[in-house]
Amino acid sequence: MLTILFDGVAYGMVLFVLACGLSVTLGLMNFVNLAHGVFAMVGGYVTVLLMNDYGVPFLATLPLAFIVAAALGAVLERTLYVHLYDRSPLDQVLFTIGLVFMAVAAADYVIGSQQQLIYLPPMLSGRLHLGALDIGVYRLFLIVVCAVLVAILHYIVTRTRFGSRLRAAVDDPRVARGLGINVNAIFALTFAMGSGLAGLGGALGADILGIDPTFPLKYMIYFLIVVTVGGTSGMMGPFVAAILLGVADVAGKYYVPELGAFMIYGVMIAVLILRPQGLFARGNA
Amino acid sequence: MHRRTMLKGLGAVASLPLLGSAAHAEDTVKIGLILPMTGQSASTGKQIDAAVKLFMAQNGDSVAGKKVQVILKDDTGVADVTKRLAQELIVNDKVAVLAGFGLTPLALAVAPLATQAKVPEIVMAAATTIITQKSPYIVRTSCTLPQTTVPLADWAAKNGIKTVVTLVSDYGPGIDAAKAFKGRFTKAGGKITGELTAPLRNPEFAPFLQKVRDLKPDALFLFVPSGQGAALMKQVAERELTKAGIKVIATGDVTDDDQLPDMGDSVLGMVTTHFYSAAHPSPENKAFVAAFEKANPKMRPNFMAVGGYDGMHLIYEALKKTGGKTDGTALVDAMKGASWTSVRGPVKIDPATREIIQTVYVRKVEKVDGQLYNIEFDKIPDVVPPSPDGN
Repeated sequence: MLTILFDGVAYGMVLFVLACGLSVTLGLMNFVNLAHGVFAMVGGYVTVLLMNDYGVPFLATLPLAFIVAAALGAVLERTLYVHLYDRSPLDQVLFTIGLVFMAVAAADYVIGSQQQLIYLPPMLSGRLHLGALDIGVYRLFLIVVCAVLVAILHYIVTRTRFGSRLRAAVDDPRVARGLGINVNAIFALTFAMGSGLAGLGGALGADILGIDPTFPLKYMIYFLIVVTVGGTSGMMGPFVAAILLGVADVAGKYYVPELGAFMIYGVMIAVLILRPQGLFARGNA
Repeated sequence: MHRRTMLKGLGAVASLPLLGSAAHAEDTVKIGLILPMTGQSASTGKQIDAAVKLFMAQNGDSVAGKKVQVILKDDTGVADVTKRLAQELIVNDKVAVLAGFGLTPLALAVAPLATQAKVPEIVMAAATTIITQKSPYIVRTSCTLPQTTVPLADWAAKNGIKTVVTLVSDYGPGIDAAKAFKGRFTKAGGKITGELTAPLRNPEFAPFLQKVRDLKPDALFLFVPSGQGAALMKQVAERELTKAGIKVIATGDVTDDDQLPDMGDSVLGMVTTHFYSAAHPSPENKAFVAAFEKANPKMRPNFMAVGGYDGMHLIYEALKKTGGKTDGTALVDAMKGASWTSVRGPVKIDPATREIIQTVYVRKVEKVDGQLYNIEFDKIPDVVPPSPDGN
């Protein structure tokens, strides 16, 4: 029972790191970025290739996965996405889904379509037995890393100058500009950070989720569910949503395996019926 | 009157190039090879494609006075694409034989076309029992899941395993394997204490494996399609099932030769049953593996490759028997009852069911020269594909 809860939380944590960037672009910046998973895949591949082909230790690949994905995010934001901020959501959807297909084909061509596996260092594999609780070391590691990330993110968005500028820029870009805030730079930086986090999520999740070229498509639904269920006010909504979905998914597969993968959709439907705005909705302002 | 003559004239002109290509087609036998070359099952496609190329390189591209041309198409593992490609191959390319088919739904999608067009459909990979019943033009050179599962159920019953939990992928072959195992194992006095199915496109096995751990059976029976074994076995190792006293047994799809070298030492000692291991100690197989690895560096042939290799052998033999005639019914008739020594051991096409009768081996993962292999330690000769309940 506790083990299931624990596995679910670990899974939810990974989902959150993967999806939190999307909750910023989609929730705060109102930009429909279906290509979010591409950055996660890039991060995953960075880790896999560095580990398997160059023997770089797992922990050392994590910051690199973040940096590469963030850099790619920054470049794409400046060259492509920036032209789409003012376009209709349909244009954004079509553009980003096109980007997904291109990324899938490119990864298939360059790296190959097989699922990539990594082997964790012995320090992070194996299991711990704490009384009734029997847990995987790596999942514990995931929970700790992700919890730290969540705390940092929450602090940045709500407590720092950058956070308040970001919120201002999102709420009313014109007024923010009038007050001397460089909105473009803030959006670019935010986008890069979101992409970097996705990359980090892909790297952390490589062991559990597996990395292959169809990754951005396979997990797009999960990201969107996290953001939809979580609502669009800051970091806590998607965080709670990701944990809820992770636990529901794992517990569902354990207790009612007949329902299998449907559990997660059931939870989404239930939440959206009760709270159409998501768990933590922003006021009507 | 006038118009009709004109139309006739036009028709004659229009049919001229067709006549030309028909004459050309007379000396060429086209084989439409439909495989998932990209997508999740790409490893299946790559293995079969490599084996088909190897067969052609070894046996020449002409047989019975005809030139053989293989047209390779990628269906990405999606059934409606397979069907469209098969249709194009039949109508536009006028192929004499369709071959390949990486997954059950892909083989099934083409069955009605094979019947309608009277084109033999050689199934080189897909392994659900019902496939060959869907068209009299389907001949299979891989196996059926019950065929490779039943010997494992027998082995388990004979080796002191009393309770088993089954965990399979939730689609045709998985259900087939679980059912066959259950039927056979319970008949032998064993007990199935849990039947789990995991979604096919689901890399997170943690909850299922945790459930297995909590159910504490003597053994866990696994089936996942070729290409997913490594991911599954990694999580099995992470859950430390063996340490919890649960023996892990599986069909050879899980310890597939394509992925086995990368699975790590946690799979050492795992018992599986299947029709082919790259370590099969026959001279034919040694030559095959050497040639395959020479042509495809860093790639070890797996059972998919052997299904493809034998499929080509069967097509060549059938063409020899018909004297190069490509009539579909004649070709299938020529295939019925064909028997030869494959790299996997002696095989025969059952004339009644168009299934392959073959030896199934019981193997154990061992390290040979620092590499993991499925080492055969027992065999059951001439296994006829059993009914889906395993009896």
